[in-house]
Amino acid sequence: MNLLIKNGRVIDPVGKLDGIMDVLVEKGKIRRLGKGLKPENHNVIEARGKVVVPGLIDMHTHLREPGREDEETILSGSEAAARGGFSSVCVMPNTSPVIDKEGIVEFIFSRSRQAGLVNVYSVGAVTVGQNGTQLAEIGELKKAGVIALSDDGNPVKNSYLMRRALEYSRMFDLPIISHCEDSDLAADGVMNEGYVSTLLGLRGISSLAEESMVSRDISLAGLTNGRVHIAHLSCAGSVSLIKQAKKNGIRVTAETAPHYFTLTDEEVRTFDTNYKMNPPLRTQKDIEAIKKGLADGTIDVIASDHAPHSEQEKDVEFDNAPFGITGLETSLGLALQELVEEKVLTINQLVEKMSVNPARILGLNKGSLALGCDADITIIDLEREWIVRQEDFKSKSKNSPFIGRKLKGMAVLTISRGKIVYESMA
Amino acid sequence: MTVWKRKDLLGLETLDAEEIKLIIDTAESFKEISTREIKKVPTLRGRTIVNLFFEPSTRTRTSFELAAKRLSADTVSISASTSSVLKGETLKDTARNIEAMKIDMIIMRHPCSGAPDMLAKTISSSVVNAGDGAHEHPTQGLLDLFTIREKKGKIEGLKVAIVGDILHSRVARSDIWGLKKLGAEVILCGPPTLMPPEIEKMGVRVSYDLREVMKEVDVVNLLRVQLEREKRNLFPSLREYAVLFGLNKDVLKGAKKDLVIMHPGPINRGIELSPDLADGPCSVILDQVTNGIAVRMAVLFLLLGGHTS
Repeated sequence: MNLLIKNGRVIDPVGKLDGIMDVLVEKGKIRRLGKGLKPENHNVIEARGKVVVPGLIDMHTHLREPGREDEETILSGSEAAARGGFSSVCVMPNTSPVIDKEGIVEFIFSRSRQAGLVNVYSVGAVTVGQNGTQLAEIGELKKAGVIALSDDGNPVKNSYLMRRALEYSRMFDLPIISHCEDSDLAADGVMNEGYVSTLLGLRGISSLAEESMVSRDISLAGLTNGRVHIAHLSCAGSVSLIKQAKKNGIRVTAETAPHYFTLTDEEVRTFDTNYKMNPPLRTQKDIEAIKKGLADGTIDVIASDHAPHSEQEKDVEFDNAPFGITGLETSLGLALQELVEEKVLTINQLVEKMSVNPARILGLNKGSLALGCDADITIIDLEREWIVRQEDFKSKSKNSPFIGRKLKGMAVLTISRGKIVYESMA
Repeated sequence: MTVWKRKDLLGLETLDAEEIKLIIDTAESFKEISTREIKKVPTLRGRTIVNLFFEPSTRTRTSFELAAKRLSADTVSISASTSSVLKGETLKDTARNIEAMKIDMIIMRHPCSGAPDMLAKTISSSVVNAGDGAHEHPTQGLLDLFTIREKKGKIEGLKVAIVGDILHSRVARSDIWGLKKLGAEVILCGPPTLMPPEIEKMGVRVSYDLREVMKEVDVVNLLRVQLEREKRNLFPSLREYAVLFGLNKDVLKGAKKDLVIMHPGPINRGIELSPDLADGPCSVILDQVTNGIAVRMAVLFLLLGGHTS
């Protein structure tokens, strides 16, 4: 399918482009950029008043297949991603079985081809079965196509093993995405440790559980010259540790998720389990630090940490509910509302956090609208107001704390390798 | 005059001082019933109350059951070991099934904080929290307030110490809310490891020195300390805990003559409280138990909108 996107405001931070122009897409690639391009056999998309950006990339997604297809599948997750403006997602390996072997990576790719929507990249496990004891066959995983390594859901608790993983993965130039949590300090907590946990009598997780592990991983990255990417950063202390590490030239990057700059632990007062995630919601002070870290470049990426859970598993006592919320279909809207509308980031900076930087960190030939690039394009309507509604979710799971929230700005067209995978232009 | 409007009693945090006083005043008028030869009034005749206990409890469950029976309500008690929870039924389903039997109230004890809040949102019958996790135990808080007022004639202006494992105590939280709302001063005493973070924001003082605290307070409420806390290294040993935070005659030197000693039970004799004090003239521990029935009668009466005839 050949496409001509007319009259949109085209933003490509890599090519330092920001202006009204047309984008011509042929055979799945970007063919031409310019003013007044004429259609031949192209489908014309009128994008006047809208923003045309490199397709968004979610580098932290749980699609639950294989193992929990009742919660999400690669197909339903791809539909959710497309609706959220993502032309690519990276799936975390904590499936059942764990993505720790070539065959399972191949399964992911095969399911993704069947879905035929967004690009699905696979993260491989650092350790066999994510058990934290034996390195997975990282070379074989790389050959199969993984773009990063992670035991996400769990930290690599053993510091010796994390050191070896960082060293070994260097020869494949694979980053290790680290779920930073000292589980001894976290002590079976279920929410942020602070005044609210005190009032509610729920076990708290100190910010230090995250910060101490961030600190360890920065030191190990320094020692090994490996690449570490800090997942779902939630607190002020982590921001300052990473800022300092970057100054010191350590190869560290970091991501946060929209709930960490929109919600605080005050929300848990309702005992609503859609406010239970790991790391937990922190405080207003942490929100401010995260926004500052996003603005000054300390935090490179906004990722959804999309974590679908079935209703029967979430609709229980707070202590007994699993951690995590869905995010693919709300991330962009929340980021536009809370960061761009509130002037924390420009739309150009947001595109860096949600497309350019994930592509750079993962080594993908994406995140740009340069000629010859894969035609992964997201068209955003900055003015469109909408309400997050449960019945609109494409995701199989509905565990979102944002249902009912009014947002301004959303993806209205998502193109993956030249194919329109989601459209709501009208 | 304050009128009771709530469907549920989930905690003391959400009640205002007037509502708390209403319950205590109502309890006052119910206390006499338990001293009669025929300990029963027809107030809640025809009403059905279910005791749903997911944790072992002797005192609280018996107290609620007697309170209901003395008001002529029909009661059923379900404990988790005999319920379908063992078969994997969720709390919400259990609650909906019980409600489908046309009951008027569920009294629930649950190990998870917030479980009664969830129950109250699920069913239209009244819910009484009989203790949830480390969150609240409102009827214990109310009976403590009732007992203090009975012994001291007032609550406002009193200094009350709560000693021990504040971190895991739902009693402490309900007591703090109630005492603060009624104008008492609250001092918490225990090791820093058993103090929840930022507890001072509740308007309380924290001390680690029991002897000093005992010199200034009118009332001391001792909390039960559990052996499993030692295993989690929250303190080195029960022995050392008893040395530092156990109340005995020696620690009471310099305390007020009319000190009132309270304990929500069950007591670890010789750990948080020496036997001579537990059984001595300052102890009101058994009065608390007696008053618990009157307070719970008041709560059931107010929630079910009972009418005295």
